[in-house]
Amino acid sequence: MASLNVLDFEKSIAELDENLSKLHQIVEDRNNPQNKPDLAGQIAELEEHRTALLSALFANLTPWDKVLLARHVKRPYTLDYVGAIFEDWTELHGDRMFADDGAIVAGLAKLDGQPVAVIGHQKGRDLKQRQQRNFGSARPEGFRKAGRIMQMAAKFGIPVVTLIDTAAAAADIAADERGISEAIARSMFEMATLPVPIVSIIIGEGGSGGALGIAVADRVLMLEHAVYSVIPPEGCAAILWRDPERKSDAAAALNLTAQRALELCIIDDIVPEPLGGAHRDWAESAESVKAALLQSLRPLTGIPAPTLVAQRYEKFRRMGRFTELEGV
Amino acid sequence: MPPDGWFRRKSKFAPAPAAQIVAQVPDGVAIKCAQCSEIIFTKDFEKNLKVCPHCGSHHRLTAAERIAYTVDEGSWVELFANLRSVDPLHFKEYDSKLAKSVQVTGLGDGFVVGTAAVSGLPLVLGVSDFRFMGGSMGSVAGEKVARAMEEGIARRLPVVLFTASGGARMQEGLLSLMQMAKTSAAAARLAEAKLPYIVVMTDATMAGVLASYASLGDIHLAEPGALIGFAGARVVAQATVQKPPEDYQTAEWQLGRGQIDSIVPRRDLPQTLATLLSLLTGRASVNTGGLNG
Repeated sequence: MASLNVLDFEKSIAELDENLSKLHQIVEDRNNPQNKPDLAGQIAELEEHRTALLSALFANLTPWDKVLLARHVKRPYTLDYVGAIFEDWTELHGDRMFADDGAIVAGLAKLDGQPVAVIGHQKGRDLKQRQQRNFGSARPEGFRKAGRIMQMAAKFGIPVVTLIDTAAAAADIAADERGISEAIARSMFEMATLPVPIVSIIIGEGGSGGALGIAVADRVLMLEHAVYSVIPPEGCAAILWRDPERKSDAAAALNLTAQRALELCIIDDIVPEPLGGAHRDWAESAESVKAALLQSLRPLTGIPAPTLVAQRYEKFRRMGRFTELEGV
Repeated sequence: MPPDGWFRRKSKFAPAPAAQIVAQVPDGVAIKCAQCSEIIFTKDFEKNLKVCPHCGSHHRLTAAERIAYTVDEGSWVELFANLRSVDPLHFKEYDSKLAKSVQVTGLGDGFVVGTAAVSGLPLVLGVSDFRFMGGSMGSVAGEKVARAMEEGIARRLPVVLFTASGGARMQEGLLSLMQMAKTSAAAARLAEAKLPYIVVMTDATMAGVLASYASLGDIHLAEPGALIGFAGARVVAQATVQKPPEDYQTAEWQLGRGQIDSIVPRRDLPQTLATLLSLLTGRASVNTGGLNG
């Protein structure tokens, strides 16, 4: 059956999944006891086939496939991870100036017993949620709320964890009116000197300034199939070829995969996803993210604040590629 | 139909269409104002610092013109002129676009940094040249902005940056995006060192540049009519239901939204900078004659 939740390249998997679930249903049907032995073999065979197919498919994903995976509507969002990873999650609302932005959630929680401030972009799954979350596109108030929570974390010596998942910052007139540019710039400016450890993980879409605005961290991680880009592939294609349909070419040109980001020294590590992508197993994904966060935070917690801030500065200071001519 | 002579005679007194005049004058003697379509003699245009004498429209300047119009004569010393872009992603046509920009502008990169003085007050100055791939910020521009700020810290000098950019340079992908973080972090260091940082936003200051170092000054000045905004018109139209106001994303509109301290006409900029630098540093400015005097 065709579904909006199944990507094109996943269709063969979806068919297998459907057959598998039919077989499982027959097994569970106690009115058919004599069929059980035959089916167990079939199921095992199908599952093996499915694993092989998934491995083959996911070993050869194109950058555009990754964009689609990163945007997958079934992919776990920030609050899905928060619920699975942290204890005592207490959400805190509002920028104390204008509004509470639903596109960025923030609060305090415990990670393996250690208090942390958690900040992340939040997307919505249905129409109502999407409106409430502004499709995960943060407004100025979102960045200012994030800044407020980070300053509080600094005050109490609490590390900061940010989860990145946004197509882009809000680009409407109202966002511009309230200084979306200044809000993003200010957030990066403050993160650059925040005297507590910061770990960021891109869990889905890392959409340009809207993503980087809360990702100036000591350690930047990316989930295996997440993407991080200076411009959406559609926008890039529109500018380069005046044809937004050439988005897959643009996705390749932009080098937006976690693997390329690691090679370019933009991120520190890639966090593995369950076979077939994070959306196939939320629990396993959350476990993977939690382990990565703990592993990244642990070595940072002992570092004195001035050293930490100096190292963070050097980390971003080094980013970029250019040459210096001699004799000019 | 009226006799042929009627309109021909009248046209002798009516203002002729601009194109007609341009066609009659030798190349380079006159230009047409893109804003009001009036014809301006190049000599007058340059004497007026490339501001249209008819409508006051501030035309874009090259980096060299900006420096000449701003600093004390003989005070400019360029720094980091040897930095050049590479093509780290082997991005479609980036090499040829770079080569063309170098050829057209005579610059190694669209962002120029140096030390200079304005009315005798020393400063680190950075100027973006919009002709160089729309002033877009790649690794070199980001590096030069950061070095300008570090130079300010090392020499205890105020930093003044003239912005003109469409945003981050797409052709360097994430490496360009990271320049936003790099320049913002450098601005934070400059602020910690308690050195003045003045941004002068000129046409156009957009996207990744506005959303990083351009929005982090102690003081934000802008030239009249400069386009200043986060997203381009097409993206805004997609994201917004209502029609943008006439003056949307102009310096005047941004002033009203609280993002700019003051809009300063080009002719007054050197004096305004000198006054502000003198107020912020406690140093006395000197009358150096020329524009600044």
